[in-house]
Amino acid sequence: MHHLEINKINASYGTLPVLREVSLTVEKGEIVSLVGPSGSGKSTLLRALMGLTKPTGGEILIAGDKINYDSKKSVAMARDRMAIVFQQYNLFQNMNVLKNVTLAPVEIKRWPAKEVEEHAKYLLDKVGLSEKYNAYPDELSGGQQQRVAIARALALKPGILLLDEVTSALDPELVTEVLDTIKGLAKDGMTMLIVSHEMAFVREISSKVVMMDEGQMVEVGPPQKIIDNPTSDRAKEFFSKVLRH
Amino acid sequence: MIDRLANEIPRFFEYYTMALLLKAMAATLVMTLVGCGFGFVGGFLIIILRQTPGKLWLPLRLVVITYVEIFRRIPFLVILYLVLFFVQALASDVSLFVIATVGIFMLSIAYTSEIIRAGFESVPRQQIETATVLNFSRWKILRYVIIPQSWPVIIPPAFAFMVGFIKDTALVSQIGVLELTFAGKILNNRGYSAVLVFGVILLFYFALSYPLSRLGAWLETKLASSRNK
Repeated sequence: MHHLEINKINASYGTLPVLREVSLTVEKGEIVSLVGPSGSGKSTLLRALMGLTKPTGGEILIAGDKINYDSKKSVAMARDRMAIVFQQYNLFQNMNVLKNVTLAPVEIKRWPAKEVEEHAKYLLDKVGLSEKYNAYPDELSGGQQQRVAIARALALKPGILLLDEVTSALDPELVTEVLDTIKGLAKDGMTMLIVSHEMAFVREISSKVVMMDEGQMVEVGPPQKIIDNPTSDRAKEFFSKVLRH
Repeated sequence: MIDRLANEIPRFFEYYTMALLLKAMAATLVMTLVGCGFGFVGGFLIIILRQTPGKLWLPLRLVVITYVEIFRRIPFLVILYLVLFFVQALASDVSLFVIATVGIFMLSIAYTSEIIRAGFESVPRQQIETATVLNFSRWKILRYVIIPQSWPVIIPPAFAFMVGFIKDTALVSQIGVLELTFAGKILNNRGYSAVLVFGVILLFYFALSYPLSRLGAWLETKLASSRNK
């Protein structure tokens, strides 16, 4: 049984197809990166996993359990087992850092508040924000906000962490701090599905790289093969452009 | 004219006249506060109903949408007469004050629901999506995300609507409710000159509205700076 199994997923926005027959498996502890040009369907795939976009065909199984998009309970199961971090951090603006991290575990999962708070502080320390428990999101830099968002996702103890272009909205000098945080998670054995344009990072961290274009998977394989020796013309063209600088 | 005023003023500023005006002022204030207060709560429920998904709720959603669209477009005086005749057809012993308050409620519910809707819609979609993937229910999203974030956007215009409505309550004098304007008519009929009577009424309205709009302005700055600590 795979930790995550995506079987011939199709999705469209209106009449525009955004995912076409995408199939992918992720094993426990694996780090899979999705790369490709904008609009290639990478983020849509993550949104489908979190039940924000309903696929028009195919199936997704998490630890063997299929997501039934017509069942609230089944979608809640998917959201329970996975957590996502968005490009724009999306911290709750009306809550301080600690509250952002503890709210869902306490209010939704009903875990004991004291333990949740201890765990939240542990996570915030880990992402380097031990001084910022009581700060509000608008008092933090983008990089700090993104690290809080990662701590918030981890506080739910997800089986799989989805990272959707988590450094794309950051100033260049803030990218490193966030990537370092993710590398730390990789060392701990976190299963991750990452959408990223940071090719050096992807090459270093991934066990598997998926190149996508126009909603389809173009190539799948280990990073050295896909990034450095792509076989398809589309992948060659893409990597020659993104790696030029 | 000056002689007449000089003659009237000592009589005017005596206990009975002032008691009448203060009572009328209290009536004006109470019907505005109660009408708009319940209107606010009602408007809130209307928006929650409007945003409840599902086919089951469709007829009810249509009813509230129609209500809001109609009542925002008819004059307050017409609403007032509608309430008056409707209520009197059902029960004859309802006081005019209650009828006026219900009329204010009927109008303010339509207006404040739109203010609340605009406030809810000012919350970025991403905030709601984020709460959704954290498995928040609709109610918890409302409680933890939408309401706290839209409060600062809702309160100032809702308050301004209420303060502005104090002036419009003058219209309920048309159905004979004893409020400030009606009290003015009574005093005028008793022989006091209109300049004196309505000049003083003007001051009473001002005394009512001004502190409330200052309070509104204070609330606005307070809401803008504080973050639900």
